[in-house]
Amino acid sequence: MLLRHTTAKEIDRKALTINPAKTCQPVGAMFAALGIHGCLPHSHGSQGCCSYHRSALSRHFREPIMAGTSSFSEGSSVFGGSANLVQAIDTMFTIYKPEVIAIHTTCLSETIGDDLVQIVSKANEDGFIPEGKQVIYCNTPSYVGTHVTGYSNQVAAFIKFFSIATPKKRNVINIAAGWMEPSDQREIKRLTSVMEARTILFPDFTDVLDAPLDGHYKMYPNGGTTIADMKLTGDSKFTLGLGQSCTEDACIKLENKCKVKFEMLDIPIGFKATDRFLMSLSRHANVPIPESLSDERGRLIDLISDSSKYLYGKRVALFGDPDTLIPLTEFLVSMDMKPVYVVTGTPSKYFTERMTEILKDIPEAKFKSGEQADMFQLHQWIKQEGVDLLMGNTYGKYIARDEDLPFVRIGFPIADRPGHNYFAKTGYDGGANLVKQIMDAFLDHFDRTCLEEKVEWQL
Amino acid sequence: MGKTLIEELDMSKFTEEVVKAYPKKVAKKRAKSIVINDPDSIPEIQSNVRTIPGIITQRGCTYAGCKGVVLGPTRDIINITHGPIGCGFYSWLTRRNQTRADKPEMDNFIPYTFSTDMQDSNIVFGGEEKLKVAIREAIELFSPKGIAIFSTCPVGLIGDDVHRVARHMKEEYPGVNIFGFSCEGYRGVSQSAGHHIANNGLYKHLIGNNDNHVRKNKYAVNVLGEYNIGGDAFVIEDLFERIGVDIVATMSGNSTLEQFETAHTADFSLVMCHRSINYVAEMLETSFGIPWAKANFIGADATAKTLRKVGQYFGDQELIDRIEVVIADEMKAVALAAEKAKLKTTGKTVMMFVGGSRAHHYQELFDELGMETLVAGYEFGHRDDYEGRRVIPSIKIDADSRNIEELTVVPDPTRYNPRKSEEELAQLKEAFDIEFNEYKGMMHDMKKGTLVVDDLSHHEMEKLIELYHPDVFCAGIKEKYVVQKMGIPMKQLHNYDNGGPYAAFAGAINFYKDIEFIACSTIFKQMKAPWEREEVLEAEYVFN
Repeated sequence: MLLRHTTAKEIDRKALTINPAKTCQPVGAMFAALGIHGCLPHSHGSQGCCSYHRSALSRHFREPIMAGTSSFSEGSSVFGGSANLVQAIDTMFTIYKPEVIAIHTTCLSETIGDDLVQIVSKANEDGFIPEGKQVIYCNTPSYVGTHVTGYSNQVAAFIKFFSIATPKKRNVINIAAGWMEPSDQREIKRLTSVMEARTILFPDFTDVLDAPLDGHYKMYPNGGTTIADMKLTGDSKFTLGLGQSCTEDACIKLENKCKVKFEMLDIPIGFKATDRFLMSLSRHANVPIPESLSDERGRLIDLISDSSKYLYGKRVALFGDPDTLIPLTEFLVSMDMKPVYVVTGTPSKYFTERMTEILKDIPEAKFKSGEQADMFQLHQWIKQEGVDLLMGNTYGKYIARDEDLPFVRIGFPIADRPGHNYFAKTGYDGGANLVKQIMDAFLDHFDRTCLEEKVEWQL
Repeated sequence: MGKTLIEELDMSKFTEEVVKAYPKKVAKKRAKSIVINDPDSIPEIQSNVRTIPGIITQRGCTYAGCKGVVLGPTRDIINITHGPIGCGFYSWLTRRNQTRADKPEMDNFIPYTFSTDMQDSNIVFGGEEKLKVAIREAIELFSPKGIAIFSTCPVGLIGDDVHRVARHMKEEYPGVNIFGFSCEGYRGVSQSAGHHIANNGLYKHLIGNNDNHVRKNKYAVNVLGEYNIGGDAFVIEDLFERIGVDIVATMSGNSTLEQFETAHTADFSLVMCHRSINYVAEMLETSFGIPWAKANFIGADATAKTLRKVGQYFGDQELIDRIEVVIADEMKAVALAAEKAKLKTTGKTVMMFVGGSRAHHYQELFDELGMETLVAGYEFGHRDDYEGRRVIPSIKIDADSRNIEELTVVPDPTRYNPRKSEEELAQLKEAFDIEFNEYKGMMHDMKKGTLVVDDLSHHEMEKLIELYHPDVFCAGIKEKYVVQKMGIPMKQLHNYDNGGPYAAFAGAINFYKDIEFIACSTIFKQMKAPWEREEVLEAEYVFN
């Protein structure tokens, strides 16, 4: 057994996290910054932070992940990281020539209390920020919140530094994107284009984290929300925030700064969340939902109906981030499945409220968020009463193997399978992709393990 | 005589070319870390110095070197990361340290990560209490033999004393060996500081704790600096099983706490990764009288050479004969595999930038494939890893090295027992050219005119590929997809792209196959669509 020390017996843990369902803030900030065109993320801390985050993102996306580091030494930890950061800004603009540098902090620079406002203004006074270039920053102490918080803080920083309200309002809808794959965003962009709605998506990972292989390495790939577009978000007529924990802060900031009203929505995973997204977009962009999308929806419903015998009542354990888990759990419930255990390391009252609502008809369901809401806890629940399916990131495979469970990969990081950044999980087509993955997982498992006489030629 | 490939490429202009893009001070500093090699008169290379802030570097931190590299591969110690969640998360299963706990009742914590997950209140009010509770919980849940505590950046800054906590908890749980490491990420200029701190900890808290190693064979060695990436240690273990020599401790691939505790009972230490473990090798020598020699199991010839070294060291004809039988037996399959692969690989060129030993060792394997190493460099090596240990006395100790504890090691009062007398060592050197307590470094084995670059930056990597078009580029995950976007196949030498083992004879065959695959892979020829290729456009003219 891989996780041979995990047993059903729980103790009341107060301090020890075992196999977390979360990581720390800065990686989220680094990730989000990659969704701005021409942006070089910068980690203000030890080299290890930057190295770990770049490695994690590289393994997940299988794409180049570039970022700078302030390379703190013991001296800078004692005397402050100002000199390091000023030099880093000069070095990066000179060598790597980004349009914008997006600095995020770490537990190290936060603990010693480095003041980014003052340091960046010093770099500016010293003439290290070239004309027309920008340095933006956000605070991402690793000991507060999780990677999700870091993502949220970075997106909020885009608003703080870029968005401007001019008298000229535009008939455009902002879409603040929560933590998702470029594939998921590509699908969302396709849906908005089918609807003929004018939108600005930010951050935008398409053509950044799914860039083509053509023999030319581009440090700043073609994709990403342009700074020009980011500025224009202040003139848009409305914002849709996809994913409360990743985008609500940015939406509030934009409303306060530029008077752009917003609505919080779930990431459109599953037909219900997609329905709400399309209806909201239709309402705010004042465009109809074309019949072609009703047909797409119908095809998904058809697929679920064809599969429903295998889905009904199946007990599912899930782990990941609130913004993904909420619509995913809802989707599973809407297919008459039973998400019985849901765990996220990200502390979230909103998660608790939504899960209470979504799981109200499944009395045996348990969910937990925050400290000690880890994969060890999830596994202990599974040991107490088993499930039929596990959904989550690559770390789930160890539980799946030990418990002989069908396993569908979703979330971050997925380091052991390619393609998740190519095949969407959003929209109706993405829903179909998920249903297919779930069905394949069930049926492949059944076909391999059932009695020989029970192997069926047909569905 | 025609010019050799290295002469033709003339890499002497590289430094000048590459530093042009840098700010003046950066250019000056980087230029000292880029040298043209001459094995007959090895030039000085600047290494183990701070990376310039803003430079996109391959390097990681002290914590990564200590917890990730050295202590991570041991299966039966609970490694608790004291800090916010990230560090523990990123060092969880990411290094492919395989392990084999044969029986279900044996401890194996490798698939777990443990963290105190410090929150802001712990930063403000201190995290020692939380760490204590975490240790109690770990003991209640898992009853481990040992618990190691690893400090992350904020721990040192807020003044949490992990060593004090370890002492207290050891008093509370006398049966559990509990010890801490001050391996905060900022302590050194790279992972290398973490190796040193880990070595010190191994010596202080584990080595020598248990005199009762039961030998299966007459002779016993330690294999130091072998981390069982992709199963390398497994094939080395198999090999020693076949030649009939015990491995007391591997540090630290596929290892257990007991192996560390009994390492001082071995007769000889073989040092694979000099950088990460030379301190322990030295301490075992000084304290217990165990000589060490540089070993290399990367490359079939290197493996044979290392095995012969073991035979010569013990000077036992039966052992020497057994070793020769194993080598002869293994070499048959190796020769066949090499012959097949070489049809595709001969004459190709390679560049490699990894670690503190791999960039040296893997040149052997590429050599066996008829491939030429044009440029190599370490991510966190020191001058001795490049130029040889002879330069150690002349290395200037800077502030970053000074803050790492230098243990004063003296001969153990009761257990110091020189395994070989000075005369015997001198005879072995004379007869077989075995260098004890010595490493000649990478540059000694590289050709004249090749380029050596320490702590390669992203910009330098791009420039190397642009100017010299290697057929294969070797580095780590952060570099992989950059290189491949440029249309150059990339081989990871940290995690082997999930391949391996690459050590010893079986590993060499695996490696030949994997490089043959790279040389034969056709996908990079498809980077342009048919309508983007010139010949197709020409064809269109005909039809027009």
